[in-house]
Amino acid sequence: MRTRTEQFLPFALLLPSILFLGLLIVIPMIQALFLAILADEGGFTLEHFQRMASDVNFSDAWRNTLLLLLLIVPLQIVLALAMALLINSRFRGHGFFLYIYAIPLAISDLAAGILWLAVFTERGYLNSALQSAGVIQQPIIFLSFENVPGILSAIVIAESWRATAIVLLILIAGLQLIPRDFFEAADLFGATRFRRTVHVVLPLLRPSLQSALIIRTIFALQTFAVVFALAGRNMPVLAGEAYTWYAANRNEHLAAAYAVLLLALTAVATVVYLRVLGLREAEVQR
Amino acid sequence: MSPRVLDRALIYGSAILLAVWVLIPFYIIAVSAFTPQARIFDFPKPLLPTAFSTDTMQFFVEARGVVPSVINSLLVALATIAFGLTLGTPAGYALARFHFRGREAFQVIVLATKMFPIAILSIPLAVTFLQLGLYDNLLAVALVHTAMALPFIILVTGGVFVAVSHELEEAAQTLGCTRWGAFLRVALPLALPGLAAAAIFTFVISWNEVFAATILTLRTRTLPALVLAGLGTSPLGFKFAGGLFMAMPAIVFIFLIRRYLMNLWGSR
Repeated sequence: MRTRTEQFLPFALLLPSILFLGLLIVIPMIQALFLAILADEGGFTLEHFQRMASDVNFSDAWRNTLLLLLLIVPLQIVLALAMALLINSRFRGHGFFLYIYAIPLAISDLAAGILWLAVFTERGYLNSALQSAGVIQQPIIFLSFENVPGILSAIVIAESWRATAIVLLILIAGLQLIPRDFFEAADLFGATRFRRTVHVVLPLLRPSLQSALIIRTIFALQTFAVVFALAGRNMPVLAGEAYTWYAANRNEHLAAAYAVLLLALTAVATVVYLRVLGLREAEVQR
Repeated sequence: MSPRVLDRALIYGSAILLAVWVLIPFYIIAVSAFTPQARIFDFPKPLLPTAFSTDTMQFFVEARGVVPSVINSLLVALATIAFGLTLGTPAGYALARFHFRGREAFQVIVLATKMFPIAILSIPLAVTFLQLGLYDNLLAVALVHTAMALPFIILVTGGVFVAVSHELEEAAQTLGCTRWGAFLRVALPLALPGLAAAAIFTFVISWNEVFAATILTLRTRTLPALVLAGLGTSPLGFKFAGGLFMAMPAIVFIFLIRRYLMNLWGSR
């Protein structure tokens, strides 16, 4: 027999989490909006947004953030897909390789930036290898503000290296949902591994690919520490500008304007993906 | 070569190649951080280390603020684990055991928070914490980290309690345990390894978090906040040692929680 307490128990168990998340997410979101439109002398103003938009770094930050997003996200999906398909072939020792591939999951973007700094810095290991191989006569300065392709590639490589692990786990979980019979059926009809992947696996993996895309896009919008570690202030990005305006320039209104912009972009990206890729609610809940 | 052997070779070849891609930066940072200070600017560097020295690491550990920041990082992480498990374990248990109205809605909330850019919210939160006298306070950092870790804790503990048989708890209740007693004596001990994994991943989230920790503190820095704030001024050796220090726990931690990896990101 279900007692009244038994009926209310689940809600009592969830309540602390809901209250906490409301306190630390919903309220600050509203506050960010207020900070961004509140004038110092009282009343509301769009002055902070105007100042943000007319700032010298603003258009660069926009361009860099979107450029990084467009370069990093597809690369990660491809890399993670290769790893996931390999692991899912369940060869002997696949568990060990999954562990290796998942290690960057526990690494911060800051640490990843520094790890790759040791590779890309002027007297670092990439230049050393190139010089030893006789490809170059003197070190290439990859991380100079004059070498935009160099900086961009370094950031894209570091960030792809780090966050591919997240995509990998999402995709493997998706692959595990595909019944083994499907693979066997495809084999039975003489499909090659490549054809099987394209015609059977990828369509069935679509929901996982969609959530990986959404998650990675949202995270790529927040990219900042890896950029600071590799490029310093030479490469403004939106999240970095929010940080700089708060921590260095001590202007919480402008920082909040950037925060609101990033939150809006997050919302737009999510809605666009859900619409364009047609992710149904039922799939989210699985 | 038979097609089968070729197939195997292809699979292992690609698997090893991808593993090298993941592991090589660890090797390079380790070699860099254990290069003597005087030889950090040697060029071209040999790929195999020629001189081993701990003086770069020693310089890092003895640098001002490093030891306190490591202690701060540990304190924040422990507080985050305490808050996160206290809040999240009951929620995970409720998701695993009960079918109630609003269950799906709650799951959507959990998944949405998992993706939500909480770090960005540290900007308005910093203003609030300043008013509350919690600015530059580790408690404030721990609270934000708890919000980040909570969805993961709920998902992992939820998965853990699903795996612990409900019948055992019911059996304990028919033998005279209260609901709470059955949970405490039967479900909880069986769930401990999973809860430990949740705690470890919470540690990882907190130990790695940079944005909120830097925004919310000024002098009471955590390690990532200290390293980030000093990026513009600190010497290369300091960065390398700091990078190694921040990255190495990952190798151990992912190993410890390898069985629970799917619960973290797998459930969409």
